[in-house]
Amino acid sequence: MDPTLVGQGLLNGILFGGVYSLMAVGLSLIFGVMRVVNFAHGDMMVWGMYIALLLAERAGLDPYLSFIICAALLFLLGALVQRTLVQPIVDAPHEMQILLMLGVALVLENIALVAFGPDPQRVRSPLTMATLWLGPLFIDMARLATFGVAILLTVLLYLFLFRTHFGKTIRAAADNTYGALVIGTDVNRVYVVAFGIGAACVGAAGALVSAFLPFQPASGLSASVASFNIVIIGGMGSLLGAFLGGLLVSVAESMGAVFLSPSLKEIVSFSLLILILLFRPAGLFGRRMG
Amino acid sequence: MATLLEVKGLSKHFGGLHAVKELTFAVGEGEIVAIIGPNGAGKTTAFALISGFLTPNAGQVSFRGHPIVGRTPHELCALGIARTFQIARPFPRLTILRNVTVGALGRHPDLPTAEARARAVLEEVGLAAKSAQPASGLTLAERKRLELARALATEPILLLLDEVMAGLNATETERFVQLIRAINRRGITILLIEHVMRAVMSLSNRIIVLNYGEQIAEGPPAAVANDPGVIDAYLGEEYVSAAQS
Amino acid sequence: MKWAGLAVVVVLLALPAVLGSYAISVFILIFFYAFLGQTWNIVGGYAGQLSIGHAAFVGIGAYTAAILARDAGITPWLGMFVGGALAALLGAVIGYLGFRFGLRGFYFALLTVAFAEIARIVTLNTETTGGALGLYITFTGNPREFQFPNNRPHYYIALALMLLATGVAAWIERRRFGIYLAAIREDEEASEALGVNTFKYKMMAIVVSAFLTGMGGTFYAFYYLSLQPNTVFGIPLSVEIVIRPIVGGAGTLLGPILGSFLLTPLAELSRSYFATGGWTGVHLIAYGMLLIAVVLFAPQGVYPYLRRLLAWRPRG
Repeated sequence: MDPTLVGQGLLNGILFGGVYSLMAVGLSLIFGVMRVVNFAHGDMMVWGMYIALLLAERAGLDPYLSFIICAALLFLLGALVQRTLVQPIVDAPHEMQILLMLGVALVLENIALVAFGPDPQRVRSPLTMATLWLGPLFIDMARLATFGVAILLTVLLYLFLFRTHFGKTIRAAADNTYGALVIGTDVNRVYVVAFGIGAACVGAAGALVSAFLPFQPASGLSASVASFNIVIIGGMGSLLGAFLGGLLVSVAESMGAVFLSPSLKEIVSFSLLILILLFRPAGLFGRRMG
Repeated sequence: MATLLEVKGLSKHFGGLHAVKELTFAVGEGEIVAIIGPNGAGKTTAFALISGFLTPNAGQVSFRGHPIVGRTPHELCALGIARTFQIARPFPRLTILRNVTVGALGRHPDLPTAEARARAVLEEVGLAAKSAQPASGLTLAERKRLELARALATEPILLLLDEVMAGLNATETERFVQLIRAINRRGITILLIEHVMRAVMSLSNRIIVLNYGEQIAEGPPAAVANDPGVIDAYLGEEYVSAAQS
Repeated sequence: MKWAGLAVVVVLLALPAVLGSYAISVFILIFFYAFLGQTWNIVGGYAGQLSIGHAAFVGIGAYTAAILARDAGITPWLGMFVGGALAALLGAVIGYLGFRFGLRGFYFALLTVAFAEIARIVTLNTETTGGALGLYITFTGNPREFQFPNNRPHYYIALALMLLATGVAAWIERRRFGIYLAAIREDEEASEALGVNTFKYKMMAIVVSAFLTGMGGTFYAFYYLSLQPNTVFGIPLSVEIVIRPIVGGAGTLLGPILGSFLLTPLAELSRSYFATGGWTGVHLIAYGMLLIAVVLFAPQGVYPYLRRLLAWRPRG
């Protein structure tokens, strides 16, 4: 096995891990606060991608700038979905929540299909073609920028959740909803914001990968499943777990692509998922649901 | 009197918290034994350990002379140990009759027979009139009676009742006390967790007192009520008179 | 109620005589998806174990029968049972892993998705199954090869499958097996305390469900005559399987049938009406909205409303 190939795989795995982490952190936040599994997570990401596409085509905006707008728009979408659809069923059995979010996923995915067509798309960015050489390894500037921004957003989110008053309120509500209610927290507002932030994370993630990853409406459900994998492996309800899980899974898949075959790399993450589900369902860092 | 249930050195901890420590007692055939103690004393954990819902870290439990640690709840049910839950858990979308039939099917796989048995049990607890109603629309007292009926339908030898009278008013409590006495007279041994002292004092042959997971007293109601350690832990003088009546 | 059912069946048996080929094909789909919904219903509705990976069983049944026919000349009428058995085996594996390790709700659903996705990816990358290009079955119209010159026989087979699955579900419903499944669905722990061997009955449910679904896979293969891993193992097919019983009423006998009679014509009409204009996917938007509506407003599905409606009819 050529060490350069392995090294390259490792490097790309780490770089893409930033995105996986961002996706997983968003999902983990939603789950941690509301105990709701967002089956529409991947489809919200795909919408982030398509919004980035529209902004690039109509307004000439580079995705590494427009991701902010994508995040904002997805925040609104997430907040809306939470307020109108999820709020009524926060106490319903989990199966019902899964089916509801599956419905949302179908709607989002197929509106994209009707609006944009089934063919894979990509967003043009001047960074797409640029590469940086690190000895025998090369770094895609686009992937590097994506990694950088993703990490930055995750750090910002961390600061928000751990250093601001509202962020702490969100975490308190996640830990102990009843207690939060007792001290007068507007729990509904917390839920709406948390869902919005979760959606914003994944919307930004979508914009950030749109420059180098071809996407189509059908990518939605696989992105959702990938997010679940990471969150379960890293630990449901644990933001650190989601973050580290993202890096871990990305590297594992990358190694799978190098040692097995690129088309089989998802089998690596699914096998990891099954192992974790069986032997350590709390995930590597998390606490178990329900 | 033969020993039905024997618990020796039963211990369970969760991380650093010792929920149950070295619990040791026996229940004889035909007895009514109560486990009491302040909240968090480890009573429900003890039940969960005995009924197969939790595995102990140490200790043994034997039923009719056979060790039962590690058996699943449904196996224990087949052996003759039935339990109710502290918060009643009816099957909400099934009818009351269906709820009880589930319990009866264990010993009577044939549906019509099981249903007949279920009706008899419902008659005994006084819910027969409501058999066709869904279990979701019941009052608290009715839910408790349903919980009891389901467990009875499994034709147990030992019945574990977890705070079955919590939240009931005086009339309902008295009714339950009579019901439990009647069930015991039929030959079913009863181990119960209760906070309602009046009921405990008048029903029990023996009382075991737990505090912080440890046994601090055991004996007939009068003796326990007078035990300084117990009084210290939580009993008051008023309840002594209930035992003497 | 039983006489009404019999009357409906008689009507359905007679219909092909008066219907054109296209209408018959719509009915075939109605029956087939009702069948798949009913087989799912056994584990997903009655037992309450949400599976979003049932396409895995369809795919195994389909590919097994197709490959046995192609490489060993085994007639799909037999291959159907082999496919069903292999699907049942996968069901047992998923069930064992899921239930022995106490996975429920979302975790179990994700496990089923994981297996379906693994099956899809493996099939995409294996030569025997034709990989990404898929597997094609040459049209011979030979009944021994489960093929027919026109689609009328498919109509009857699909109807038979639907009745078979419904019969199995009805049989289960009336016996201890079905009552235990309902108890497990309502409250698994309480069921255990009442003597129900929850592991055993959940396993039975998933194995029966998988076996029947696998048999349906064979029908799928020899009706469409082409198999693609993304279609036959994909999440979209699992959604098609799940949505009819959910909308019709999960855990009820008529739910999947009701759901299929409501949704399939809608899907077919929208598919043929919109597909040409580049509007594929409109019916899936409708599916999504329906799922949302059902969860929010009618979590028990359409069936309870139908029952109330029928209760108003004068009994003669």
